[in-house]
Amino acid sequence: MQPDPVVHALVPDYPARFAPALTDPARATPDNVAGPRGKAAVKRYNVYRNNVTVSLINALASIYPAVQRITGAEFFRAMARFHIRKTPPTSPLLFEYGRDFPAFIAAYEYAQAMPWLADVARIERAWLDAYHAADTEPLGNGALAEVPPERLADVVFSPHPAARTMRSPFAAATIFAANRREEPSGAIDASVAEDVLITRPDHDVAVRHLPPGGAIFLAALMEAQPLGIAAAAAIEQVPDFDIGAAIAAMTEAGAFATLYLKGAS
Amino acid sequence: MNANAHPAAAPTAEARRLPVHPVAGQAGTSFKHEHLAAILADGKPKGFFEVHAENYMGAGGPPHRALETIRRDNPVSLHGVCMSIGGPQPLEKTHLARFTRLVERYEPALVSEHLAWSTHETTFFNDLLPLPYTEASLTRVCDHIDEVQQAIGRAILLENPSTYVLFPESTMSETDFIRAIARRTGCGLLLDANNVFVSATNHGFSALDYLADFPLARVGEIHLAGHAEQEDDEGELLLIDSHDGPVADAVWKLYEIVIGRCGAVPTLIEWDSNIPEWAALKGEAAAAQAILDRYAGRRSSDESHAA
Ligand SMILES: [Fe+2]
Repeated sequence: MQPDPVVHALVPDYPARFAPALTDPARATPDNVAGPRGKAAVKRYNVYRNNVTVSLINALASIYPAVQRITGAEFFRAMARFHIRKTPPTSPLLFEYGRDFPAFIAAYEYAQAMPWLADVARIERAWLDAYHAADTEPLGNGALAEVPPERLADVVFSPHPAARTMRSPFAAATIFAANRREEPSGAIDASVAEDVLITRPDHDVAVRHLPPGGAIFLAALMEAQPLGIAAAAAIEQVPDFDIGAAIAAMTEAGAFATLYLKGAS
Repeated sequence: MNANAHPAAAPTAEARRLPVHPVAGQAGTSFKHEHLAAILADGKPKGFFEVHAENYMGAGGPPHRALETIRRDNPVSLHGVCMSIGGPQPLEKTHLARFTRLVERYEPALVSEHLAWSTHETTFFNDLLPLPYTEASLTRVCDHIDEVQQAIGRAILLENPSTYVLFPESTMSETDFIRAIARRTGCGLLLDANNVFVSATNHGFSALDYLADFPLARVGEIHLAGHAEQEDDEGELLLIDSHDGPVADAVWKLYEIVIGRCGAVPTLIEWDSNIPEWAALKGEAAAAQAILDRYAGRRSSDESHAA
């Protein structure tokens, strides 16, 4: 069917002609723009290209400062430019951008010598999510003490909005922390696996290591498994897992918002 | 009186939950979190603070705490950057809802957006992109502004762009386009004097002619900012709206002409990268305030757009 020419004229198509070359240097300057009085528009249009690319590279750099510090600015900006061309943002909220960047880094040819880099990026992405998460009072230390001992196995925790966990086969949290500090750090053995808990109990985002078994335990709790089942899963992996100490540390970190008893209304 | 009759009119007294800080006749600054401690330590009146709405669209956390702190004691201007009002495609409803929630939560003294687009289909380009000035684009822009003003229950101030290219398909001047928008939608205008200077230089027109043709009576806020210099394809001067330095002398001169004509309109020093110490930013605002004070009273307070 032919489009109605009158209706068609009412829907301007200038972005369809202007936009594709913004992130694609192989494309020519759009044919619907010009300079004044017959002047050319190549450099003029390139101002927009540059604004788009540089501002998005800067957005990734502000989300992933530790990754940039590790790789150096030149490496980072080249890597970010590839990512932007492949996966430009789809939301006007730039603090939501870059969710695919860790996977991009994992597959990035020139980053293969740093196999832990993608996990450092995952921690940075979780850090920013925790930073913007809803303000909720974390569960207090005393809450569990009020539960009758015979009902402890039925306790279900609801996670705090800022809480995130991550398991890395590398020392990702240690590398992350070392590269978010100003001071130089000592040598790090990157091959030590780390489980990570990210929280924001109040103003400040905290990134801490979980003890062996802690990630399994916490992942189960965050999926609303009752305490008894989560503890059994952790002990199966780590027979001497200290449940009391783990809960105290996680509560202290602000991992939980509330608790309730399974089966109770 | 209907909400659209008054550019950027704030909510009615009954609806207010936060203290009212009038913005009439004041200079203000872009609010940057790194300045918060210095601002709080600085007891003297500090004018108003303008924030980019998108930076406060997260659920919670430090950004909201900082804005709540600033809003308690100072007027706040909410400046939307990404609504894509100037694009032909429908506004993103979730984004408009987030914007509306911010207006409700912070009861800003001023609310503004841009005559530009930044989203095409699903891609967000994070830049203020230009549009041709035609009857068709005018209709779209007016529909979008109506939709925004309906959602937030008040008029917005629409900002004139700085541009680097022209569209041969344009059938009207930027000032005619903007005047028609204000007339059709009842919106107020945010006159960015640096943008006028940048576009005038880039396209070889007179900034004074532009101002003479601009509907100054609708202006509820002025922006002043720094720009950078590049070259166009012919090796001639091309100015970039960079917001990364002090306001140029030529822009101060334009500003004084504008204030002389439209009175002490609230004026923002816009500074978004290479951000200086608070003292330097405050100094630029003080320079604007001195000019505003010289022309104070030219527009009576009940006529002011800050009420
Ligand atoms: Fe501006």
